[in-house]
Amino acid sequence: MHELSIVANLFETLKEKAREKGAQKILMVKLKVGALSGVVPEFLETAFDSYKKGTLASEAQLKIEKVPFRIQCQDCQTEMTRNDFVLICSQCGSTNLKTLSGTELLLEKIEMEVE
Amino acid sequence: MKKKEVLVLEDLLGSNKKIASEIRNKLKERGILTINFLSSPGAGKTSLLEKIARRLKPQYKMSVIEGDIETERDADRIRAQGIPAWQITTGGACHLEAKMVGKILSQIPSDSDFLFIENVGNLVCPASYDLGESIRCVLLSTPEGDDKPKKYPKAFSTSQCLIITKSDLSSTLPFDFDRAQKEAQSINPQLHTFITSAEKEKGVEELANFFLSSLKNLRKKNA
Ligand SMILES: Nc1nc2c(ncn2[C@@H]2O[C@H](COP(=O)(O)OP(=O)(O)O)[C@@H](O)[C@H]2O)c(=O)[nH]1
Ligand SMILES: [Mg+2]
Ligand SMILES: [Zn+2]
Repeated sequence: MHELSIVANLFETLKEKAREKGAQKILMVKLKVGALSGVVPEFLETAFDSYKKGTLASEAQLKIEKVPFRIQCQDCQTEMTRNDFVLICSQCGSTNLKTLSGTELLLEKIEMEVE
Repeated sequence: MKKKEVLVLEDLLGSNKKIASEIRNKLKERGILTINFLSSPGAGKTSLLEKIARRLKPQYKMSVIEGDIETERDADRIRAQGIPAWQITTGGACHLEAKMVGKILSQIPSDSDFLFIENVGNLVCPASYDLGESIRCVLLSTPEGDDKPKKYPKAFSTSQCLIITKSDLSSTLPFDFDRAQKEAQSINPQLHTFITSAEKEKGVEELANFFLSSLKNLRKKNA
């Protein structure tokens, strides 16, 4: 359940960004969560909802974009989604693959209310 | 009042990654090979460390960081081998973070050859936290079953070594070494596999030799 510690860190960043922009209120927080990021989006949501109470994000909505695990074969150039995380090309069987997406865990954007 | 959208694009694990890479650089400069052990509770991390310690001790200096939710027990087991050990008790947290390792870094003897870190027993959360190690090892014990790699992909995809432990128990278990190894390699083709039994002292020498050759490589790069 390291989602709690990730959300604690996220709130540090939110506070900092709000101060930078002189915002009183955070309305929306958008994250990008890769299928191989190692976190469970639903746990992030739960942690976010309990954490936000009494903060300037108390009414904020959390949006999570789930990013699939995408790889590209370096031999035949085929791009594919692998929900089982297997690094074998489904076209030519090569194991020479490059990860395109799916390992990220990103704070993409914040919507806030400013004067 | 007006709405304002701010594009951030910040890695939520970025601060951990930054501290980890500072730790990695410091340890590499000192010529210390750092190894992070990941597994579910009871897979045999401490037992294997005890055997590795016995093998390396006569010629090499090792230090050990033990991560647990509570108690000094594992650090005491390592100290009983005459090896300096530091216990990090996370007080509930299910993984070690780089900043916890960073706090004790200055106490690690700088003439150490190896720094072993035993992570909190958990096959999920520790996989997301780089501790500044040079080699990450995931341990899978035969009683856990040969179908675990795809269930816990991140632990296997971010490791350099797979250590299948408790091989002495396999005769009474339906554990297929080939299947476990193939499945792990399908998600991580670069994975090195070792099969060990701490109980019967099997496979420990091969593993210790791998760490020794990795240490040599690290120092060659420094030279
Ligand atoms: N049969 C057998 N038991 C082992 C082996 N290695 C560890 N164990 C036992 O497994 C239990 C957990 O071992 P431990 O090293 O404490 O696991 P850790 O939680 O991963 O550090 C202990 O009761 C050990 O005696 C092994 O190679 N064979
Ligand atoms: Mg232990
Ligand atoms: Zn291909």
